[in-house]
Amino acid sequence: MTGLENATVLLLQASPGGYDPILPGLILLLPLLGFLANGALGLIGGVRAAEELRSGREPARHEGRPLTHTLPTWIGPATIGLAFVLTTANFMAMLGAELTDPIVRSYWMWMATGTLGVEAAIQLDQLSMIMMMVITGVGFLIHVFSVGYMKDDPGYPRYFAYLNLFVFFMLILIMGANFPMMFVGWEGVGLCSYLLIGFWFQDREKADAGKKAFIVNRIGDFGFLLAIFLLFVSFGTLDYATIFDQAPEVLTYGGGVATAVTLFLLLGAIGKSAQVPLYVWLPDAMAGPTPVSALIHAATMVTAGVYLVARAGVLFALAPVGAAAVATIGAVTALFAATIALQQYDIKKVLAYSTVSQLGFMFLGVGVGAYAAGVFHLMTHAFFKALLFLGAGAVIHSMHHALHATHKDWDAQDMRNMGGLRRYMPVTWVTMAIATVAIAGIWPFAGFFSKDEIIWYAGTAAGVGGGYGALFTVLWGMALAAAVLTAIYMTRLLVMTFHGSNRTGDAEASHLHEAPLTMIVPLCILAVLSVVGGWLNVPGSVRNSIFGGFGLLPMSDWLDRWLQPVTQSAVDIRVAELGGYASSAPVGGGHVLWGAIATGVALVVVILTARAVSRQKIVPATQDTVPLSGIRKHLYHKWYVDELYDRVIVRPVVRASRFSWRWIDQILIDGTVNAVGGVARGFGWFGSLFQTGQVTTYAFILTLSALAVLGALIF
Amino acid sequence: MLVEALVLSAILFVIGTFGVLLRKNAIIIFLCIELQLNAVNLSFVAFSRFLGIDGQLFVFFVMTVAAAEAAVGLAIIISVFRHYEAVNVNNFNLLKW
Repeated sequence: MTGLENATVLLLQASPGGYDPILPGLILLLPLLGFLANGALGLIGGVRAAEELRSGREPARHEGRPLTHTLPTWIGPATIGLAFVLTTANFMAMLGAELTDPIVRSYWMWMATGTLGVEAAIQLDQLSMIMMMVITGVGFLIHVFSVGYMKDDPGYPRYFAYLNLFVFFMLILIMGANFPMMFVGWEGVGLCSYLLIGFWFQDREKADAGKKAFIVNRIGDFGFLLAIFLLFVSFGTLDYATIFDQAPEVLTYGGGVATAVTLFLLLGAIGKSAQVPLYVWLPDAMAGPTPVSALIHAATMVTAGVYLVARAGVLFALAPVGAAAVATIGAVTALFAATIALQQYDIKKVLAYSTVSQLGFMFLGVGVGAYAAGVFHLMTHAFFKALLFLGAGAVIHSMHHALHATHKDWDAQDMRNMGGLRRYMPVTWVTMAIATVAIAGIWPFAGFFSKDEIIWYAGTAAGVGGGYGALFTVLWGMALAAAVLTAIYMTRLLVMTFHGSNRTGDAEASHLHEAPLTMIVPLCILAVLSVVGGWLNVPGSVRNSIFGGFGLLPMSDWLDRWLQPVTQSAVDIRVAELGGYASSAPVGGGHVLWGAIATGVALVVVILTARAVSRQKIVPATQDTVPLSGIRKHLYHKWYVDELYDRVIVRPVVRASRFSWRWIDQILIDGTVNAVGGVARGFGWFGSLFQTGQVTTYAFILTLSALAVLGALIF
Repeated sequence: MLVEALVLSAILFVIGTFGVLLRKNAIIIFLCIELQLNAVNLSFVAFSRFLGIDGQLFVFFVMTVAAAEAAVGLAIIISVFRHYEAVNVNNFNLLKW
C-alpha cells in the first residue's frame, strides 16, 4: 500500500489541491475484458464438449481440469482485483483532494439527435467512489470465494464471464454521468441477474425464477424510463450535473413534475431493489449460485435503487410526496419482509427476505432525507450480508458434499436438516456469528451504527414540518419493530444451522467439512469489515458517549462529511423548506438513549431467541409432518403474496392474453386480413371466368369490341 | 366503280370474320384471316386509284406481314398438330389462367 500512497503523493504534487482521476476508464474496461476472455473460454469449452458428445467417444480423460477451467480461476478474480486496486488508488487520491464538484470524463458522443445529446461519460464523485469501492472490493472477495464454490461446475468459465459482465454493468450504473448511462447499467445488471439466476437452466424451476426476476424488473424499468423522458422534457438534457444544478430553479417545490419524476424513479427503484410490492422476484432469485446471491442479490445490484434515490436526492428533496413515498415503502418493506423471514426454513430464503427487509431500511433512510445514512447502511449491509450469504454458501457446499457422499436426497439448504455445524465448520460459524450480531444491530458491530442512524433520522424527521409528522412517527415505530424482528430471525438462523445437535445423519455428518481456503479467506475479511465497517460513520452526538468508547472510535461522521458535496444541495432544500431534524425521537429521548435502547433490546432479543430456538424440538424436513397453523402458517407461506399475485395479476393476464389471441388476433385481425384477401380472390375468380382458353371466344369478344369502338366513332 | 369495289371488299371481310368466329379447323381460320387481310388489300387498292399511290404501298406491307404471319402461324399449327393429332381449336384451351 505504501507504493500506492507514494503514487498518490506524487500525483497530488503534480496537481496541488486537485484530484486527477487515475485511469478511470480502465476500471470499467477490466471487467469487460475479463468477460470477453472468460466468455471465449466458455465457448471453446462448450464447443469441445459438444464435439466429444457428437462423436460418441468417451469424454477424454483430462489430466486434471482443462485449460478452459483453470484460466478463469485467474482471469475472473484478477480483473476485478485490478479494478479494485485502481479504485483504491483513485479513492486515496480523492481523499487527499478537497473535491467539491464531480469530475466528468466524456469519451465519445453516444446519442446526438435533435436537441438531445448524450455522451458516453463517467462521473467520479464521493458517492460513486464509495459505491465503486464496495462493488469492486466485495466483488473481488466474492469472485475469490466463487473459485472454491463453483470448482466442480461444468459451466465454470461461463459463470465467471457472467460475473465479470455483471461487475462491468454495475460500474457503468454507478459511474455513468447521465441518466441514459445509468439506464444502460441498470438494464445490464438486470440481464446478468437473469443469466445468473438461471445459471443452472436445465432446471425448469431455476430458469423460471430468472424469467420472473426479469419480468418483474421490467415493471420498474418502465417507471425509470418515464422518469427519464419527463426529465428530458423539463430540462432538455439528461446529464446529472446540469439537472441537479438547475432543478431548484426549473422545478417548483412540491410541484407536479417533481412529484411525478420522483414517483416514477421510485417505481424503478422498487423493482430493482425488491421493495413492496415488487419484491417477489428476490426470494426466487435464490435459485442462482450462492455467491451470485451474495454479490448481486445482497451487496450490489439490489442497492441500485438506494443509489438512484441518493443520486437524485435533489429531486426527492424537491418532492416531499415522493420522498415520503420512498420512506413509507421502505418501512413497510422492512417490517413485512422481516415477518416472512421469521418462518422460513430454507437458509437462503431467510437471507433473501432479510435482504429485502434491510433494503427497506435503506429506503427509509434516503426517504427521510438522510442520504448518507442510507448509503452508510448500504455499505455495511454489503459487508455483513455478503458475509452471511457466503457463509450460507459454505454451509450449503458442505451439506451438499455430505448428502452427495451417501446419495441422500435431502434438501441441502433446509435448516431443519442442519444443526450443530459449528463443530464441523468453526471458521464459518464464527464469521457468520459476527455477521448475525452485526445485522442484529448490537454495538459495536457495523449494523448497529448504520441501522441506528436510519431509525434515528426516521424518528427525528417526524418532529419537523411538512405535514408528515404522524406518518414518520408510524414509520419510525415500524422500523423499530423490524429491527427487533431482524434480531429474532437472524438468531434463529444461526442457532438452527450451527447449534444444537446435528440432524444431517450420522453417515453424512462424517462428510461435513470446513470450506476450502479460497472460501474461508473472503469470509474472514468480510467478518473484519462487518466489525469495523460501522466505525466509519460514528455520529458526532454519540461519539463521546459510551458507544463511541468516549471518543475512542475514530472518524466521527466521516461518511456524512465525505458525501456532503453530493448531498449538500438536497439537504439545503430540505432544511430551507422543512427545517432541520428534531433533536429527539418522537416520544422523547436523545440519540444516545435510543442507541442504548436499540442495542439493549437487540441483545435481549438475541439471547431470548437463542434460548427459545435451542429448546425447540427441530426434526429434519422429511420427518417434519406436523402442519403449521395460525400465524406461522401464513408466515411460512409468505402471506400468500405469490398466490395473490398469481390470482390477481398473472392468471387474469394469461386469460386476457388468451382472449386476445383467440378472439382479437385470430378472429378479428386475422379475419379482417383474410376477408380483404378473400375479396381480391373473388374478383380474380370472376375475371378468370372470361378467360376460357377458347381462341374462338377471344376472337368473338375482340370482334364485338372492335365493332363497338367503330360504332362509337361513327355515331 | 369505287363503291362496287368497297362493297365486294366488305363482303369478303365479313365472310372472313364469320369464318374466323365460326369455324373450328385451325387451317380454315387461318385462311379466313388471309381472306380478311386481302379484303382490306382490295379496299386499299380501290382507294389508291383516287387518292394516290400510298394505298398500293400499304398493300405491299400487308402482304409482307401476311407472309411472315403465315410462316409463323403454320409452324405453330404444325407443332400443335404433332402434339394433339388434331387441328380443332376447341381442343386448345390450356393457355388460360
